[in-house]
Amino acid sequence: MPAHVQPVRVYFGVFAALMAFTALTVFASFVNLGHANTFVALGIAAAKATLVILYFMHVKGNTKLVPVVILSGLFFLLLLFLFLAADYGTRGWLGVPGR
Amino acid sequence: MTTTPSAARTAGAAMPDGSPRTHYLNATYGLKSWLLTRDHKRIALLYLVSISVFFALGGLMAVLIRMELATPEGDLFQPDIYNRLFTMHGVLMIFFFLIPGIPAVLGNFLIPLMIGARDLAFPRINLLSWYLYSIGGLFTLWALLHGGVDTGWTFYTPLSTNYVNTSVITVGVGIFIAGFSSILTGLNFVVTIHRMRAPGLTWFRLPLFVWGAYATSLIQILGTPVIAIAILLVAAERTLHIGIFDPKLGGDPILFQHLFWFYSHPAVYIMILPSMGVVSELVATFSRKPIFGYKFVAFASIGIAVLGFFVWGHHMFVSGQSIYAGVIFSVLSMLVAVPSAIKVFNWTATLYKGSISWDTPMLYALGFIGLFTIGGLTGVMLATLGIDAHVHDTYFIIAHFHYIMVGGAIMGYLGGLHFWWPKITGRMYPLFWSKLSAIVIFIGFNVTFFPQFILGYLGMPRRYHSYPPEFQVLNVMSSAGATVLGLGYLMPLVYFIWSIRYGPKAPSNPWGATGLEWQTTSPPPVENFLTQPIVTAPPYTYPAPKRAPEVTRGV
Ligand code: HEM
Ligand SMILES: [Cu+2]
Repeated sequence: MPAHVQPVRVYFGVFAALMAFTALTVFASFVNLGHANTFVALGIAAAKATLVILYFMHVKGNTKLVPVVILSGLFFLLLLFLFLAADYGTRGWLGVPGR
Repeated sequence: MTTTPSAARTAGAAMPDGSPRTHYLNATYGLKSWLLTRDHKRIALLYLVSISVFFALGGLMAVLIRMELATPEGDLFQPDIYNRLFTMHGVLMIFFFLIPGIPAVLGNFLIPLMIGARDLAFPRINLLSWYLYSIGGLFTLWALLHGGVDTGWTFYTPLSTNYVNTSVITVGVGIFIAGFSSILTGLNFVVTIHRMRAPGLTWFRLPLFVWGAYATSLIQILGTPVIAIAILLVAAERTLHIGIFDPKLGGDPILFQHLFWFYSHPAVYIMILPSMGVVSELVATFSRKPIFGYKFVAFASIGIAVLGFFVWGHHMFVSGQSIYAGVIFSVLSMLVAVPSAIKVFNWTATLYKGSISWDTPMLYALGFIGLFTIGGLTGVMLATLGIDAHVHDTYFIIAHFHYIMVGGAIMGYLGGLHFWWPKITGRMYPLFWSKLSAIVIFIGFNVTFFPQFILGYLGMPRRYHSYPPEFQVLNVMSSAGATVLGLGYLMPLVYFIWSIRYGPKAPSNPWGATGLEWQTTSPPPVENFLTQPIVTAPPYTYPAPKRAPEVTRGV
């Protein structure tokens, strides 16, 4: 929505941050953090996505309904993961193959 | 709902000087004026024609399936042809008829009229939706001519990724494209309902059809991307063997079922929620009573849309999903029956002591209520782990979902079409034939599908072209019923087309209904309302003034 256009400066700032995060991703991929590998990679990606959503997609400074829409999308993604975890996390608890 | 007197006065059938009125159908002529239209009413008609084509094709496949199943031997088709038949039947009916069906036809036509708006929020995107739908449909038809698909409409892996060599990818792409049409329609409706309501039309003054459409749109927006991705992954796995679903490459075939049903269970509510909205309108109008428990019915729609995302695992009880997840999904599935039950009880309570008239749309609505209840209750049975282990992948399942999708969704769709046909075309259809069609469809439907409950319970598996001879009697019944049902569907086709030319002219409000769409002329002018309607009362403020005496309600 045109009401909250940010100064160009901000866009360049965000762009620089995204580039920095990309460099960080590349760097992190050379360091073996064991189990933390995935979390670090996903964490950086999430930070980048947040920046894009807030600034490039103009969610920051927009009407309240826009964040609601975005959050409900994330909520349903969470549901997907939650129930997938409920399945994959408990497979084999019975000790019966295939159960 | 009432409007300003000036809005009500514009609701005449012809201009005062007797010259033919211009309305959305005769404002412009020619193919181009239709194919490039941005009028939501015309786009609704484009959809009406195209989904009818897919319904007819899907129906043709059903006829062939029932012909094969009339005898125990597989004498008409080879098994691989039979597999293609039921797959294409499912794909066409679900992705190209039921899912776009009511939202895109009735929703497109009615939402702006019901909320007193000139059009949808994004008229061009609306037209784009229709094109995407058509392109997706053409892809699928093309695949049909080039060998078809034989995986079942569910595309389960590893069958779809590793074993079959039919047009899985082509059909997948077709569904993928049509999915975008669905997302855009949902988006359009949500924005329209949020931003374009007439002055005074608060959320709790919205007709329940609009609530149903809103809930449907939420599912379309949130669910469809997941199946789009699932389809892409199947295509990628087939061509590039990337190892998402193939255990040899570290994947899991059951993951596909998760992704597929994450969308496809909510999608069954895409098919039923709009019909529920139609039925709420019909029940209130033809009992001349406000709907019982308006807010409960409205929130039940939203409740169904949200809870519908919590239950998909009930399709996977016996497919290798963890038994603990199965238990969770079982309990949650029973929960989702609650809002559905709320609706059924509230419709019944609305009927109670209403002054009921047995017009054609009402016959369809009553058919819906009965058949949906049977379908929903058998759903609860299936959500029980112990029962499902017994009847999974039998004809019991087929009967369950046809009771809901054919007995429910299509009954509601036809009821809505009969209700709003005078508004859409400005013509009435024959009263006798239309009532007869409702009855023939109801009987044909039950004779077709009730025996399938028994067959399934006795253990006849789905998706085979032959069966043990002891099942023949019930199968012949089913095939005979299907013939009646098919004839029942042909009747509206014939008299609707007939009515466009020969039907008596319909007044603005033939049913004496409340609702803004009845306050404008039939068919509505291009801009829907000549003056901006203003809403001052909740919906369904019956008893409304008596039906206008000059009203023709059929021939
Ligand atoms: C009242 C709530 C409902 C419950 C608890 C329910 C439950 C179930 C369960 C447990 C199954 C899986 C059976 C199996 O494969 O073993 C199933 C299948 C199915 N249901 Fe329902 N259902 C409900 C409502 C609906 C509605 C409203 C629709 C459609 C509009 C629907 C359409 C289907 C379809 C299409 C299938 C079979 C899909 C396939 O395997 O091809 N159900 N249902
Ligand atoms: Cu389901």
